Amino acid sequence: MAKKLMKGCEAIGEAAIHAGCRLFFGYPITPQNEIPEYMSARLPQVGGTFVQAESEVAASNMLYGAAGAGCRVFTSSSSPGISLMQEGLSYIAAAELPVVVVNIMRGGPGLGGILPSQSDYFQATKGGGHGDYRLLVLAPSTVQEAADLVIDAFDLADEYRNPVMILGDGLIGQMMEPVEFKKEIKPEDLPEKPWATTGRAGRQQNIINSLYLDPEQLEAHNWDLHRKYQRMAKEVRYEAFNTDGGCDVLIVAYGTVARITKTAIDMAREKGLKIGLFRPITLYPYPTEALVQTAEGAKSVLVSELSTGQMVEDVRAAIAGRRPVGFYGRVGGMVMGPDELVEQAEKLVAVHV
Amino acid sequence: MHNEIVMAGFGGQGVLLIGKMLAYAGMNAGNEVTWMPSYGPEMRGGTCNCTVVLSDHPIGSPISKRPHALIALNLPSLDKFEDAVRPGGIIVVNTSLINRLPKRTDVTVVPVPANEIAVEVGTAKAANMVALGAFLGASGLVDQKGVESVLVEAFPNRQKLIELNEKALRRGFEIGQGHAAAVAAG
Repeated sequence: MAKKLMKGCEAIGEAAIHAGCRLFFGYPITPQNEIPEYMSARLPQVGGTFVQAESEVAASNMLYGAAGAGCRVFTSSSSPGISLMQEGLSYIAAAELPVVVVNIMRGGPGLGGILPSQSDYFQATKGGGHGDYRLLVLAPSTVQEAADLVIDAFDLADEYRNPVMILGDGLIGQMMEPVEFKKEIKPEDLPEKPWATTGRAGRQQNIINSLYLDPEQLEAHNWDLHRKYQRMAKEVRYEAFNTDGGCDVLIVAYGTVARITKTAIDMAREKGLKIGLFRPITLYPYPTEALVQTAEGAKSVLVSELSTGQMVEDVRAAIAGRRPVGFYGRVGGMVMGPDELVEQAEKLVAVHV
Repeated sequence: MHNEIVMAGFGGQGVLLIGKMLAYAGMNAGNEVTWMPSYGPEMRGGTCNCTVVLSDHPIGSPISKRPHALIALNLPSLDKFEDAVRPGGIIVVNTSLINRLPKRTDVTVVPVPANEIAVEVGTAKAANMVALGAFLGASGLVDQKGVESVLVEAFPNRQKLIELNEKALRRGFEIGQGHAAAVAAG
């Protein structure tokens, strides 16, 4: 298939279809409306079903039901809507069901604004709803990567029977870039899900549940989940860019900010300053070991986010004082220019020479 | 090669469309491309802009504080982006709706009465195409034929629209090209 110019949101929708997903339940919110719009047009063409739910809470519970029935299913929303979905996501995580959730982040808290933000990092990577659970979180930084990660997200969700979140922002969702779909999975070719509640006929009863009134049983279930999250650690993905031979400043950034860092790297080169980029692609599991190794070649570390400082906590925990760690954030829908990152890197170099 | 181009005008003038056409033509010519719309709380009749980046290497930021070129279809757009254009850059000014020329003396200014030409060609709606043509003529950035082939994709099975827009593009292209030649000749 030839390359097509697509918005991030549209590419995410098409990728879900290429992953064999035929169900979408959601509720509109800017800046991701192109996803439900796209799915509402495309799903009927491929024999799928699109439902605009009465609310995000309802959409997340529709996801719960469809995933329990063994179907590939996904939803998308933006920050305030994702908060509303946390009820369903906590139940889905507890019942160990595979779903894919896309969060195209906008500025918060509250209704906030509609422009790009990365201020849902804590919510995405530390659970989000109540209870001890984790989502597997993937953060694309190009439209092509968004499409590729959506397809992988469905496979990862099935493999771990766990919700997987694609964490993008308004810029990734609204931007157009060339995209190519390399593989197409047909729903009928997907592996069987013997645990699904598909009708008991001739087999043992399957139960999907999140209620464990016996504390011993619930404790065992909690540790089972915990061990699963530890097993997921092997899924870490990251990109180290311009870090060979060490660097003056290692910028740690994901998604949109990682793109801007790449432009900053070119600008800094002209000034004789070497900036490297460490870009986590999985935000949970976090690529801690790779970050520590990459930071060994850097004189200092600068974390940059579209937040007042969330991922920086994981970076500081990983670096554990072995390098100075600075932070630079823009919020409220404002996006830093590459010149701001160069300026921050220069400041860090001046302080820590 | 690395070019950041901002296109701006009123909502409804087709700014996003000419941005997409430029991005498509750039992609078909083998470049890396990004297209980024302004998507703030816009209203009908409000201003609208998009940024297209064409490059021979992977593109970092898809937004531009210092574009290489500006296509301004209305006065608020010229007011907003004129100062941001890099020295040596290009500003295409739609003189049908903008009653002043840029103050900048360190850029190439291409004045084009886009709405009047569009009406002559047959539809006032094609003013955006005239302006895009003028930019292509002045910059030589993407082959005019490359953009015309994109028209066929943009308006599938609508031969009349394709022809009208082609005409509008060509008229703009001639003006832009003539202007660039005049500037080069001093």
